[in-house]
Amino acid sequence: MHSDVLKSKRTLLLIAAGLALSFLVERSGLVSSYVLQILMYVGINIILTLSLNLVNGYMGEFSVGHAGFMAVGAYMASIVTVWVFRNSLGWLAFPVAILAGGAAAAGTSLIVAIPSFRTRGDYLAIVTLAFNMIVKSLLENIEALGGPRGFLGMNRLTNLVWVYVWCAITIYIIRNFVYSNYGRAMLSIREDEVASNLVSVNTRQTKVLVFVISAFFAGVAGALFAHLVQFINPRTFSIQKSTDILVMVYLGGIGSIFGSILGATVYTVLLELLRPLGVWRWVVGPLMLVVLMITRPTGIMGLREFLGFVPREERAERRKEGTAIAAASR
Amino acid sequence: MPLLHVEQLTHYFGGLRAVSDFNLDLHEGEVVGLIGPNGAGKTTVFNLITGVYRPTRGRIQLDGKDLVGMQSCDIVSMGIARTFQTIRLFRELSVLDNVRIGHFSQARYSVGAALFRSGPFRRQEERVRERAYELLETFNLSRYASSPAKALPYGEQRRLEIARALASNPKILLLDEPAAGMNPNEIDRLLETIAWLKDRFGLTIFLIEHQMRVVMGICERILVLDFGETIAEGTPDEIRTNPRVLEAYLGKEAS
Ligand SMILES: Nc1ncnc2c1ncn2[C@@H]1O[C@H](COP(=O)(O)OP(=O)(O)OP(=O)(O)O)[C@@H](O)[C@H]1O
Ligand SMILES: [Mg+2]
Repeated sequence: MHSDVLKSKRTLLLIAAGLALSFLVERSGLVSSYVLQILMYVGINIILTLSLNLVNGYMGEFSVGHAGFMAVGAYMASIVTVWVFRNSLGWLAFPVAILAGGAAAAGTSLIVAIPSFRTRGDYLAIVTLAFNMIVKSLLENIEALGGPRGFLGMNRLTNLVWVYVWCAITIYIIRNFVYSNYGRAMLSIREDEVASNLVSVNTRQTKVLVFVISAFFAGVAGALFAHLVQFINPRTFSIQKSTDILVMVYLGGIGSIFGSILGATVYTVLLELLRPLGVWRWVVGPLMLVVLMITRPTGIMGLREFLGFVPREERAERRKEGTAIAAASR
Repeated sequence: MPLLHVEQLTHYFGGLRAVSDFNLDLHEGEVVGLIGPNGAGKTTVFNLITGVYRPTRGRIQLDGKDLVGMQSCDIVSMGIARTFQTIRLFRELSVLDNVRIGHFSQARYSVGAALFRSGPFRRQEERVRERAYELLETFNLSRYASSPAKALPYGEQRRLEIARALASNPKILLLDEPAAGMNPNEIDRLLETIAWLKDRFGLTIFLIEHQMRVVMGICERILVLDFGETIAEGTPDEIRTNPRVLEAYLGKEAS
């Protein structure tokens, strides 16, 4: 008991230290603004990867249009800061805008989730692909939102501290979800959906729930992204972007928080390093996806989790196996 | 009133009549067997009762409540649990998680409580964990709690499937060929387990079996299916000597 309290204090301390560090890096000028920007992209991509990993990795469905939800979050948050708050209140308005972006994406996801999960079968890939394309062309055709030219006027509200805070929140919430009754239901759907339903799991509800939570965080990432680049247009949220998110999930590892962080970091940095390739660098993502799906579809971490992301009471069983990385998926 | 009442249950797969006019009254505490040659429609009867398929025609009632058209998960939560002819465990998940997933409908906390690990979440999770361990203990599986289900030996996997089914706290347990793939020794142990389960959990058991020998030992009543038709019903002795059964069932068995 005593050591438990100490350990949870240590966790809090670690999180606080990360916060302080992000503040320091942001303010001190220790790193160039270019590096700072990359760090923020890494953070945003971590959120996106975790979000898609819920549906594709933990639940074993195949959603391919995640950029669509990111777009909804980005536009909604920008509308809130630019039109509703008229760029007043500074960063006080930001949390509201981010939550609004997440909520809008979550709400939109219901439109996709309910019809695609009505029946068993693999409609999700096709429905989400169509969704991504519809969102993009809708945005291109809504003049009020700038049409194909895009939406601008946002202040640069996103900084490394905000990105860090939202990464921490995303990790915390997703980890809590995974290690709950609902999370176990989600995993059982991946393992055997019919059997899952036959041992009392409401698979239909669970699928919709997971999809909505996933979309929420994609919306959050979109909101952060919009207030980092201060200019969004429909093209940003194309299938290309969705493919990037897929690559990060299948690179780092399905069903793993640590894997998501790894995948997002490695891929984001890799794309930066490949800048000299010019347009050719956009071939890298799809190519990697194909190779990964064929050679190692579970990714680097492949269903394993770093023990630090496993709640303490769930850890006890795993310790017996005496490894720092939990064996099997849970 | 019977616990489970099935009336004129009929099911077509396209033009194939897999089950026709199947009737069954299952009373509390009974152990009833369903036998028949390959492809007779036995598993289909289970799938109809548990809502995997919607019957073409017929009525299924549990405690007087209609089950036709309900989702499988709701039927299970109402008290009908089952196992599968070929084992269907959540292979990559731990043995403990397999059983905890069986408790799904019993952990009653909101999504919000789960996302923020509130008090109710912690209390109920603790309870589910305790109950899952009790079940594992009962089936002598607790030492495997943290291993993935796929790592268990075959016989243990069969037992885990029953433990998982019992986690939903059923009134009726449907067992689809529980002795499949077992040697005579293991079969004897299984029969003991089933008899013991029935008393320990106050269960009503409906079981499918391919081998005559198994059902004869523990069933009070047996139904025989052939090409979807119920060709006989009675006590083990009546079934053993029924000429139609011998012809349809044992005849095929011998060939
Ligand atoms: N999903 C399905 N689609 C089409 N036909 C099916 C389906 N499931 C079963 N059948 C057919 O229905 C008939 C009954 O099958 P069922 O699985 O119920 O037989 P069974 O009595 O359980 O046989 P076994 O002893 O081999 O398990 C068979 O002819 C089978 O081929
Ligand atoms: Mg069968």
